[in-house]
Amino acid sequence: MLTAAIFVPLAGALLMLMLPAARNRLQRMTAVVVAAVPLALLVVAWFRFHGAGGFEQVEAVAWIPTLGARYAVGIDGISLPLAAMTALLFAASIAYPVDHRGRARGYYALFLFLESVSLGVFLAVDLLLFYVFFDLSIVGMYFLIGAWGHGEAARRAALKFFLYTFAGSLAILLAILALYLSSGTGGAPRTFDMARLIAERPLDGPGTLQVLAFLGFAIGFAIKTPLVPFHTWLPPAHVDAPAPASTILAGVLLKMGTYGFVRVVLAMMPATFQRFAFPVAVLAVVSIVYGALVALAQTHLKRRIAYTSVNHMGYVMLGIAAAAALRTGAVDARSLALTGATVEMVAHGLITGALFLISGSIFARAGTYELAEFGGLARRAPALTGVTVLAAFASLGLPGLAGFVAEFQVFVGTFAVYPWLAAIGLVGIIITAALFLQILQRVFLGDMPERWSGWRDLSRAELAALGALLAFVVAVGVAPAPLLTVIDAGVRPLVAGR
Amino acid sequence: MRECVRWWLAVDTRVAGSHGMNEMGMPVGDLLPELILLGGAVLVLIFALFAPRRRQGWAAALAAAVLVVATLATARMLDSPQRLTFAGTYAVDGAALWGKLIVLAITAIVVALSVEWFTGDPRHGEYYAMLLLSALGAALLAGAADLMQLTLTMLLVSTTAAVLIAYHRQSRRAGEAAIKFYLLGALTNGALVFGVVILFGLSGTTTFEGLSGGLARLGSASLLPLVVATGLVLVGVAFELGAVPAHAWLPDVAEGAPAPVAAFVTAVPKIGALIALARLVTVLPEGAAGWRPLVAVLAAVTMTLGNAAALWQNDVRRLLGWSAVSQTGYGLMAVVALGRSPLAVPALLYFLAAYALATVAAFGVVVELRGQADRARYAGLAAAHPWLALALLVSLLSFVGIPPLAGFAAKLALFGAVIDAGYGWLAALAVANTVVSVFYYVRVLAPVYFDKPQGGPLPRLGSWAAGGVAIATAAVVLLGVLANGLLAAVRAALILPG
Repeated sequence: MLTAAIFVPLAGALLMLMLPAARNRLQRMTAVVVAAVPLALLVVAWFRFHGAGGFEQVEAVAWIPTLGARYAVGIDGISLPLAAMTALLFAASIAYPVDHRGRARGYYALFLFLESVSLGVFLAVDLLLFYVFFDLSIVGMYFLIGAWGHGEAARRAALKFFLYTFAGSLAILLAILALYLSSGTGGAPRTFDMARLIAERPLDGPGTLQVLAFLGFAIGFAIKTPLVPFHTWLPPAHVDAPAPASTILAGVLLKMGTYGFVRVVLAMMPATFQRFAFPVAVLAVVSIVYGALVALAQTHLKRRIAYTSVNHMGYVMLGIAAAAALRTGAVDARSLALTGATVEMVAHGLITGALFLISGSIFARAGTYELAEFGGLARRAPALTGVTVLAAFASLGLPGLAGFVAEFQVFVGTFAVYPWLAAIGLVGIIITAALFLQILQRVFLGDMPERWSGWRDLSRAELAALGALLAFVVAVGVAPAPLLTVIDAGVRPLVAGR
Repeated sequence: MRECVRWWLAVDTRVAGSHGMNEMGMPVGDLLPELILLGGAVLVLIFALFAPRRRQGWAAALAAAVLVVATLATARMLDSPQRLTFAGTYAVDGAALWGKLIVLAITAIVVALSVEWFTGDPRHGEYYAMLLLSALGAALLAGAADLMQLTLTMLLVSTTAAVLIAYHRQSRRAGEAAIKFYLLGALTNGALVFGVVILFGLSGTTTFEGLSGGLARLGSASLLPLVVATGLVLVGVAFELGAVPAHAWLPDVAEGAPAPVAAFVTAVPKIGALIALARLVTVLPEGAAGWRPLVAVLAAVTMTLGNAAALWQNDVRRLLGWSAVSQTGYGLMAVVALGRSPLAVPALLYFLAAYALATVAAFGVVVELRGQADRARYAGLAAAHPWLALALLVSLLSFVGIPPLAGFAAKLALFGAVIDAGYGWLAALAVANTVVSVFYYVRVLAPVYFDKPQGGPLPRLGSWAAGGVAIATAAVVLLGVLANGLLAAVRAALILPG
């Protein structure tokens, strides 16, 4: 079933290329229907999930047995919520109306391809397969930004994105190889199998190779996350990408970095990670504060939201680093931090995904992202105002919404381990609140410039896509228990001292 | 001159004396594929001499048939024990046989690419005879287990290749490329002969088998001549490989030779030469005069230089030429790991297959576009010729090493092999080079996919060339996805007498 979730979009992408070129409506409908299939499949997987620890619902066949690599997919408490969020975000982004510049087939085919490989990253339980999907997500996003982004600048941004994240992914490849070559001691064959690598941890502890492998993983995933100072590719990529691509980039692709930290580094080399947990936590706090401050300085709507991603991914990394800081003891606090980090991944995906879609709607109507150009839209566009207010409050961490659940747990957990860092990190929340309130004030309140008097409010399709995302933001905020139970099943084995 | 004579005499007596030509017999069956190629080349030549002009095209069919028969004959030998034959001068081992199979397959694709390209030439039948002879040289090179045989086959390859490069007698660029190729070849082959003579002088034998024993017994006084000889032989082989310091012909030939010949010359001699080099180094003593660091440095310089030179090329053929130089650098990594990692031999053979297929696919696109190689003219190729654009995308991304294409598994095995062999720095450098290479491959792909077509669509050549491109492209994909097939088949391959 998980295999179907990965390959149905891929088949859909091929189907898309065979549809008649001129029928834009037919192409869009087909794409939406295909994109909904993985979502449905993952909902079924969610209900069949036991949470007994380890990977469940594993589907595996030999792929390159000579190298000990399998095609193997499965879920645990961490990958399942991320995969489900990914499927939801793709369905919403594909359904979102967009100008595909007369190339609808290629646009939807590429989007479905990207959905396929993104789900593959979260569902893979073989390290080589994980890498394959990880790499392909970069290629897919490159073409999406390059072909449908905003002009010549988009090409440069796309290339920068490709070079940066591909460099990171190759660092990961070297580290994966180091892990692979260290595996299979005592006559057992070498393996890329995640479950075995987690159980055996062949490259954990002190030693040069361990440190080098850790650095390979850490730098690679930190570029993808992105953690300051590896974030410089992110703002141009977001600014010049088409809105749904920004949504996927922020909502899904960034999560691959933090997911990698949890799935690979924390699970397979915890002792090495422990040695570096403090510097990673410091970088996370720098990302939180720096991201928020730089975001506050932006007058460009999309760039501002892009920098809040740096800030929010900082919360995620802070939680992960806090969980990695100790091998035993403070289990409750560390599991709280890691749970919070995982919830933040889901919450940030939904919230920032929605914010980027909203910014796309605004650009489609105004042709600009400059905050100073707007004002007083609340009267003309109540629906747009409503969803933006909701998304902005969720992003700044208002209780009752998903972001609060996540950030509360991250900070409570981190206080037990790194009280000072947590205290500094809290500053980021205050700045974030300021910058979102400023957006709301500039765009929706005050006097409305004459040129926006013909402003159209959100269409039904836009509202439906945003409504779906924000419904989950509210649901997780009000009743987080079902999500927390699932995540807890994945977190427990990671923080229990082994 | 006197040395040469002595050398001949000595070898003669050794062969007659120690093994005895008569008691050993001449196991002609071991040379069946080579004899088929030779006989086939003669047959094609005779046909071309007597056939009328309008029938010259049938020479291609004849050549293809010869290649098929030779392939069958080679494949039959895969099950027989791996051994040295003809008094230890020729290897019939896994590396040689698989190398031959790759040579034959690639040559067959080049035949398909050549059919329409050469129809304008009134006497193009002879071209196929020359192509078969050149393939024969590469095949012999793959099995060379004797210094003399190595030298002679090197000469066979370079002489025939020079004729092929200059086949368009009217073209000044082809003439220039051929002269450059010929002069550099003469120089480096001279170096090779000197190196071979010194090695013979040091060890008293020319077979690789004897060499390993003879050189191992040398005292420290012979260190300098041994180092010099190793260096000179490396220079000779580097010419065939297109490696530093004898790489300069490659970009010129890629740009100036007839496009199908450019595909052949950048792909096929390298297959034989890399295997020959691997076979030779395994019998050289490790110790102080270590060939391993020397080859590692050569690999490092070659990949870096090729990459740096490719960066700003606007001529796709020249770019492919420089990229072929850098790919040679990656291939040399397998040689560095020989004897230290079980991955080395599979990596070597798999890399050669992946590299050669992607090379003929990429050059095939140029052939099908009637030699058009101006990057700017490729604008909008994806809209005008989507399948050709796809072939270019697949082949270039395979060079980068994007999964699941063949180039990915090749780089995976290569990186794994050198890390395993304790040359992590070489893997790190290769990774850095891979990131850089994205830049120039994408410089070709970006206009293909992002730009609007300028002027009319580029004219195409014909269906034989298109078929060749299709087969090579499909092979790059299938070889990558089903990587296990070849990797498992070559796992037990030996490089005798190492």
